[in-house]
Amino acid sequence: MPYVMTRWCSAATTLLLVGALLSVPGPAFAKTEIQFWHAMTGQLNESVNALVKQFNESQAEYEVKPLQKGNYTETLTAAIAAYRQRQAPHIVQVFEVGTQTMMLSGAVLPVYQLMKEQEIAVDWKDFIAPVVGYYSKDGNLYSMPFNSSTPILYYNKDAFTKAGLDPSKPPQTWKQVEEYSKKLMSSGAAKCGFSTGWPSWVQLENMLALHDQPFATKRNGFDGLDAQLQINQELGVKHLAQLAAWQKEGVFSYGGRRGDADPKFLSGECGMYMQSSALIGGFTKGATFKWGTGQLPAYGTPYKRATSIIGGATLWVMKGKPAAENRGTARFLKFISDTNQQMWWHVTTGYLAISNSAVKNLETGYHFKKNPDQYTAFAQLTKGTATPNSQGIRLGNFTQIRDVIEAEMENILGGKKTAKQGLDDAVAKSNDMLKEFAAANKQ
Amino acid sequence: MQRTVFRNRWLPYALVAPQMAVTVIFFVWPALTSLQLAVYRVSPFGDRSTFVGLDNFTKLLSDPDYYASVVRSFVFAGGVTALAVLGALVLAGLATQKIRGLAVYRTLLLWPYGIAPAVAGIIFLFIFHPAYGILPYFLSFVTAYDFNWLLKGWVAMTLVIVATAWTHLGYNIAFYIAGLLAIPSSVIEAADVDGAGPIRRFTAIVFPLVSPITFYLVVLNMVFAFFESFGVIDAVTKGGPGQATEIMVYKLYKDGFIGLNLGSSGAQSVILMALVIGLTVLQFRFAEKKVTYR
Amino acid sequence: MSAVDTTRLERVQARVLVAPRRRRIPWGSLLLHALLIACIAVVVFPLYFAFVVSTQDLQQVVQRPPRLLPSWHLLENYAQAWRKANMGVMLFNSAVMAVTVAVGKIVISMLSAFAIVYFNFRGRMLCFWMIFVTLMLPVPVRLMSTYEVIGTLGWLNSYQGLTVPLMASATATFLFRQFYLTIPNEMAEAAQLDGAGPMRFLWRFMLPLSWANIAALFVVLFIFGWNQYLWPLMITNSEAMRTVVIGLEQLIPRSGTELPTWNLIMAGAMMALLPPVAIIIFMQRWFVKGLVEAEK
Repeated sequence: MPYVMTRWCSAATTLLLVGALLSVPGPAFAKTEIQFWHAMTGQLNESVNALVKQFNESQAEYEVKPLQKGNYTETLTAAIAAYRQRQAPHIVQVFEVGTQTMMLSGAVLPVYQLMKEQEIAVDWKDFIAPVVGYYSKDGNLYSMPFNSSTPILYYNKDAFTKAGLDPSKPPQTWKQVEEYSKKLMSSGAAKCGFSTGWPSWVQLENMLALHDQPFATKRNGFDGLDAQLQINQELGVKHLAQLAAWQKEGVFSYGGRRGDADPKFLSGECGMYMQSSALIGGFTKGATFKWGTGQLPAYGTPYKRATSIIGGATLWVMKGKPAAENRGTARFLKFISDTNQQMWWHVTTGYLAISNSAVKNLETGYHFKKNPDQYTAFAQLTKGTATPNSQGIRLGNFTQIRDVIEAEMENILGGKKTAKQGLDDAVAKSNDMLKEFAAANKQ
Repeated sequence: MQRTVFRNRWLPYALVAPQMAVTVIFFVWPALTSLQLAVYRVSPFGDRSTFVGLDNFTKLLSDPDYYASVVRSFVFAGGVTALAVLGALVLAGLATQKIRGLAVYRTLLLWPYGIAPAVAGIIFLFIFHPAYGILPYFLSFVTAYDFNWLLKGWVAMTLVIVATAWTHLGYNIAFYIAGLLAIPSSVIEAADVDGAGPIRRFTAIVFPLVSPITFYLVVLNMVFAFFESFGVIDAVTKGGPGQATEIMVYKLYKDGFIGLNLGSSGAQSVILMALVIGLTVLQFRFAEKKVTYR
Repeated sequence: MSAVDTTRLERVQARVLVAPRRRRIPWGSLLLHALLIACIAVVVFPLYFAFVVSTQDLQQVVQRPPRLLPSWHLLENYAQAWRKANMGVMLFNSAVMAVTVAVGKIVISMLSAFAIVYFNFRGRMLCFWMIFVTLMLPVPVRLMSTYEVIGTLGWLNSYQGLTVPLMASATATFLFRQFYLTIPNEMAEAAQLDGAGPMRFLWRFMLPLSWANIAALFVVLFIFGWNQYLWPLMITNSEAMRTVVIGLEQLIPRSGTELPTWNLIMAGAMMALLPPVAIIIFMQRWFVKGLVEAEK
């Protein structure tokens, strides 16, 4: 009975719609609307609105309508639900861990294809390698990078001075981190040595990449759906055991997932902090002390130093829209990837500029000289040696996997499990999820 | 219990029709669709779905994490119900005594109910925050024990229980106040005259007389704690630390919405539904006998 | 006439008579006041603290030791939060949603509870249990599929889509049923003897008696409708249709790369909770009185 009702209802709705369309007079001079769903909140929400306004005012045919749809998860869910109802937006912002899901979904129009169809020339080679590598398949870019960042080290210069450390020299090795932390604590300059945001992203994903260690088999998942996690190998176990030991001593103080530990640094409780480079703007506004940045510390030999990987989100184009509207979408994406907009976005939000020309302009414009902290992230991403292990990570069900990893990290740091046990459990659970994903997305 | 009934053939159907219509279209049908997913494996965008029989169920029932979340759910629901119902009874009892300023006290006790659970969660998150929360700050003067709910499971669980119970106190208090005021004062006076102390008065008279309300509130609070509480957990602990506050409904939400595994989420819903229906039927069977209407 | 059976009353009185004699405590009243104030302080503190934070600026928020007295930034915080989250429109939408859901639910629940209690028709218990089962399925589960139903009906991003699906649950019916069960049989018998049909009985007798319950339910349902988050988020596609709780969540940066401006967030929270709390305060006399009347 309900099935009959659906047919009847959709028939009725269609009739109504057709009637409505037929009654609309002639070609309207109204701008074509492009729906853009994103997950930016707070200050970033306003920045997005400002960027979109720039585009809307720069031409008269299209109007992009940004809509905040909740957090990244809610935005993705809403897009999926809407897509199934054929009411999807044109552009959707999806976080990096959703890349695999989007790529295999059959619901997206890859960016390179969009630009080809719309005959808009984009200098793909101008984008910086680590960002592009993450979101390309077979050398073609699938989604447009929008807000990318990488984790760096922040440190409290005032506390360093108080502890007798040189405020212009952040630690470069983990040994130095321990040393400096102990000095900070014993001199009373800080209550704890360091903390971290986004535990899995910073301390496992990026640490492994930085040391040229694999996160998963099959080139971190790029080469196939049958990848398996490798975080419970030597470096993973060593690093987490080290963090757990430091948590006990107070050298490291766990502050929660995501950005929940930010206040630990801001309040001066911890002298050093590892978090996304996108926080530079926030810290500039909120910190009451002098601070600086440095690249993430490493263990040194026997590990080679590679580069870190990016985080953040990109813009995906949904399939099924008419060509006229796709043109608007293409023009908007081209607009935001132009050098001027790249520079504006970077300066306003702190997210990385993703094209080499933009970076060059920022360099010659003395932006980096005036804001050396902004340069740290670029240097860490581009000046090291890129290896297959530092390209990024492409796994299905990655959101859940990250969740599993962070839950086990909490077990390890809280002393409930040893590093080996916790990581082994994380790997077992994650591999199950990867199998599920592979089965559900059989090509 | 002989009830008087009216005799109309078609009128009752007409009266229930609106609610049944809304229930069937917006509840039964979507529910059946989602439950149907329990026997499928679907890709997030819905373009691929394979029938897998009871696969999702066997995976769940052989997963120790799932059993742990069931236990946690009972702990959570029990904690919230006990705290919210008993606390409400005590507070309502206090607020219906013969003292001045009653109305003011009553108002002050009721208003937290108006706060959305998610909003309450945010406020409590802020208060309990290990870095800048006011509560850990004060506690640090009392004891050196680190109530770090980010790493200590039981502290996190206590936090979400307290936050959830807090939002529901007002609702329970309102019902209890009404019930308490309905007790004829002659009964209380009789007890007073006979020398019964306040505690005896309470256990022998008051408690039995408000039992219909207690029954209603316990059912409602349990159901609420099992189902509607994920908003608080999402706002505050997100199931952490480890998985200490991952109750069944939150795991369901995580697997379905964040993990986009609609098949497993559907299976979990079936089990959760069966569990709560069972619980409620039990409550109706046993407790309603002890509750007297007319 | 009360909810208390006379025989039950006698039973209870008998138990009391057997109790041992005790002395009355004369200073009980003072203790009572003290206890009440203490309890209220604990219950109300989170709210008070939220208010205090909403009047501070960011530096004061992260300060240790935390300040417990309100500061001077009230107006600018509220103005900023209002602007940022576009509160005016959202407050209106929330109000429409809350009132519609409350009224709609009360009407349909009253009718169906009446039918279930006062008629003996085929499928009666089936209806009751079907309605009751609606309490048992959590929102996240039906979210996606209800969305599809709404989509099929063409109700996306509309007031109907926002409100009608929320009318589908059983709490009100359950409550009315309990209430109707406490009405003495004699009333219905008398009405029948007078020749009054069921609708007249409902309109002239039950309705006046139910005002109490209705007022109470209105408060509860208003709050329920006002505080919805997940459902309005899913089905509203334009800023013009959003509700206040969503606006609040938007003020909170969740991406972890931005510092939360707690003072603005608390200002938003205060604005979001003011109307439902005001409704409780305003209606609490009727609310409680109503429930009392109902029991008589």
